[in-house]
Amino acid sequence: MTTVHPTAEPSAGPVQTGPVVLRGRGRNFLAGIRLGDLLAVAPFVLFAVMFLLLPMSYLVMQAFQAPDGSFTLDNLANLGTPKTIDSFLISIRVSGTSALLGALFGLLIALAIIRGKLPEGIRSTVMTFSGVASNFAGIPLAFAFLATLGRLGLLTIILKTVFGFDLYRAGFNLLSFWGLTLTYLYFQIPLMVLIIAPAIDGLKREWSEAASTLGATKWQFWRYVGLPVLWPNLLGTLSLLFANAFGAIATAYALTGSTLNIVPVLLYAQIQGDVLGNRGLGAALALGMVIITALANVIYLVVRTRAERWLK
Amino acid sequence: MAEEFLRIEKLVKTFGGNAVVKGVDLGFDKGEFVTLLGPSGCGKTTILRMIAGFERPDSGRIVVEGKDISGLNPNQRKIGMVFQAYALFPNMNVADNIGFGLKIAGMARDQREARVEEMLKLIGLAGYGKRYPFELSGGQQQRVALARALAPSPRMLLLDEPLSALDAKIRVSLREQIREIQRELGITTVFVTHDQEEALSISDRIVVLNAGNVEQFGKPFDIYNRPQTRFVATFVGTLNTLNGTVADAGAKTVTLGGSTVTIPALPATARNGEAVALTMRPEAVSLANGAARDIVLDGRVAEVSFLGSVIRLKVDLGGNAISLDTFNDQRTPPPAHGSQVRVGIASSDVLVLGN
Amino acid sequence: MRRGQAWAWVVFGLGALYFLLPLIATFIFSLSIRKSGYTFDAYANVLADPRFQSTLGYSLFIGLCTIVVGILIVVPAAYYVRLRAPKLRPIIEFITLLPLIIPAIVLVFGYIRLYNSSSLLPLTSSFVGTGILLTFAYVALGLPYMYRAVDTGLRTIDVQTLTEAANILGANQMTILARVIFPNIIVAVLSGAFLTLAIVIGEFTIASLLNQPAFGVYMQNVGANRAFEPAALAVISFIITWGAMGMIQLLSRFAPKTARKD
Ligand SMILES: Nc1ncnc2c1ncn2[C@@H]1O[C@H](COP(=O)(O)OP(=O)(O)OP(=O)(O)O)[C@@H](O)[C@H]1O
Ligand SMILES: [Mg+2]
Repeated sequence: MTTVHPTAEPSAGPVQTGPVVLRGRGRNFLAGIRLGDLLAVAPFVLFAVMFLLLPMSYLVMQAFQAPDGSFTLDNLANLGTPKTIDSFLISIRVSGTSALLGALFGLLIALAIIRGKLPEGIRSTVMTFSGVASNFAGIPLAFAFLATLGRLGLLTIILKTVFGFDLYRAGFNLLSFWGLTLTYLYFQIPLMVLIIAPAIDGLKREWSEAASTLGATKWQFWRYVGLPVLWPNLLGTLSLLFANAFGAIATAYALTGSTLNIVPVLLYAQIQGDVLGNRGLGAALALGMVIITALANVIYLVVRTRAERWLK
Repeated sequence: MAEEFLRIEKLVKTFGGNAVVKGVDLGFDKGEFVTLLGPSGCGKTTILRMIAGFERPDSGRIVVEGKDISGLNPNQRKIGMVFQAYALFPNMNVADNIGFGLKIAGMARDQREARVEEMLKLIGLAGYGKRYPFELSGGQQQRVALARALAPSPRMLLLDEPLSALDAKIRVSLREQIREIQRELGITTVFVTHDQEEALSISDRIVVLNAGNVEQFGKPFDIYNRPQTRFVATFVGTLNTLNGTVADAGAKTVTLGGSTVTIPALPATARNGEAVALTMRPEAVSLANGAARDIVLDGRVAEVSFLGSVIRLKVDLGGNAISLDTFNDQRTPPPAHGSQVRVGIASSDVLVLGN
Repeated sequence: MRRGQAWAWVVFGLGALYFLLPLIATFIFSLSIRKSGYTFDAYANVLADPRFQSTLGYSLFIGLCTIVVGILIVVPAAYYVRLRAPKLRPIIEFITLLPLIIPAIVLVFGYIRLYNSSSLLPLTSSFVGTGILLTFAYVALGLPYMYRAVDTGLRTIDVQTLTEAANILGANQMTILARVIFPNIIVAVLSGAFLTLAIVIGEFTIASLLNQPAFGVYMQNVGANRAFEPAALAVISFIITWGAMGMIQLLSRFAPKTARKD
């Protein structure tokens, strides 16, 4: 494996810049840099090609390939079954809802800790906690929510025995759309807080003061200045949150098994049965996922470019 | 004094037990250009922000046109404000920035556009309406900020060190422009600066502040020529101090470097034999002597600084040192370093300042 | 006076409720393995499980490999882009952000197709090969964070001047990078490293599809078969995550405070 230690020995020899005498230094100097530069980026480029670009292109290619290797649109057409369409819709709904709600609540929390004049220390505590919670995803998160809000979860039981309120009778189910969304919010909200907090810090106090001397209420300030200034950031974070939830599988898998057929779970099953299954269909499924997350980012990029005029 | 436009009464503000404004009383007339002048941290911004409504006074009242506005929110006060760092809204172009207050007030679009055009002309930036703030220089941004504050026709304008982020040349031309516009509109203006030259050059009256207290409130001429406290005298302009001894309090005579001079400004409270500090501006001291310059002292030139139209000499009077300004004269070079000179001071120009 | 505004307290309170309740509930749940009273039995069961130890050890090992490989890939590239090719910056940044757009499951799917036993580079056909593949997959997962951390670190030091100074003293590129630049950004690099560790340690999707004996796969397995042990595992995971993030907090105190020039 040449890629494992790409920067180590080979570069040390030839990159001597020879500072001994000034004679010919200019040429050597430049030549040395060229080689050094090459060796500096080579590992990154090699990695990007082998483990990001190539696998992706390969999948895209396969999505348009019939089993005999000829070009076909059948694989994509096969995505049109009600089951697949359903799972895309559920996935988009879960990701969209958890992204929107995560962005909303995250924004509110960020505003509260930055602009709410809360006691010192709360802000840094919340930021640290957000760092932890945004990474507390996957299997253990599912466990935590099962222990809390599952059928036998502590909160469910306490609500039933102490308050006489049966959550599950009332229609709640952790293994459902709303249950999954509620669980996803546990990492979506903190992610939003982490990303948007610096942007809120960038809103100058003078802007809101200037607005109020011009007669604007707090709400009018947010409507005309605060939110428009944050807008590109909000949208960017929103698409990030969307992609984050759209690709997430571990939480859903541990939580719902396969009761909730989101796309990643479908793809997971497809990959596990790859040997038997239709190779092209799996690739098409993967392509569909990437197209959707990419689309979310394109929307963001378009809005951002339009805002670029004043974004400096 | 009902005719005063803005009255500040016994204004007090503390931040966490730290008194920043300590009972300030002031009254400004309508259409007046008043400057709050003082060293950094003396409370200028705090007073301004209390007038604007961003800070609540601990006690005291702020009265505009006879009405106490202390209870109003900033957006109800109809007071325009210009900030040091411009604070233009980055997401709006120049026209939208200027029109913001009008839009909030609910003015119709065509009226608003006309008013924005008018304001752009006023600040000399006609045709810049479509630009965004980041496309403007600092001076241009500050003019837009001024237009934005003035567009809704506020009853008062507050400016907090609006020029200190700009470079020297623009600072001078923009302050003249601000003053011109202020005269044209006749708007009562409170201007904050710590630059004494700026304050002296544009104000109708100046409030000199020190550590949360008003030291003196008066016209630039009086502030400079008749400072009432040592702080004002030293903070505004250069001041010479000569140490003498009271010879005869009744006759208002003081012994100064061996000779006895009469000082009309010697206060009645002075006691014989007491040390006294006599102060005067550099321009009150001259190399000529005569009937008007009745205090005559001999000394040696310690320093000569050629400042252009003015030459500043530092003269060692044996124990006391004195700075004096003489006009440049093309035919007569200034006295050389180390040469003996005789300086004359009019005793009527001498101030005796308490501490 | 920072007494706080009412709405801010309400938001903060609701947020605290949402975020703390599951933690508290999970903790209490994990103690409730006996019919009466609270015990740490669930934890004892988990900790005594040899598979717990071996999978956690394996994941830690892969995590460390990921960090080392990640550093070797990211640091020279980020340095080079800052120093000599700012024009390449958008491209490099775009590539480092790709893993945020491409779901992990798609990525590993691509790997499986590309590096399977019948391909040119049959990484999945041996245990070591699959481990290497897993490591690179994790490098990809951590790439956005690692690159950001390193780039931020480089921004706070004056790369240009440091490099020129070292160049005049006769150091070559490798020496400069290893002896001059790296020690100055070590704190930033370590932050990226701990973040990567936090992401990787309980990762499930990739490890499971590559059939690796990783901690995440083990946890999923326990979840499918036990009732109280999963809660204990959740608490342990949370503590591990907290530890990794706490290290970053701690490290940030040692970050160099050099003024930036650009
Ligand atoms: N919000 C605040 N909280 C605590 N202390 C404050 C606050 N605002 C001002 N101060 C303190 O009050 C004092 C006066 O501040 P102020 O801003 O009024 O000074 P200033 O005269 O405007 O000075 P400068 O010329 O530097 O702007 C300073 O010591 C400052 O530290
Ligand atoms: Mg100030």
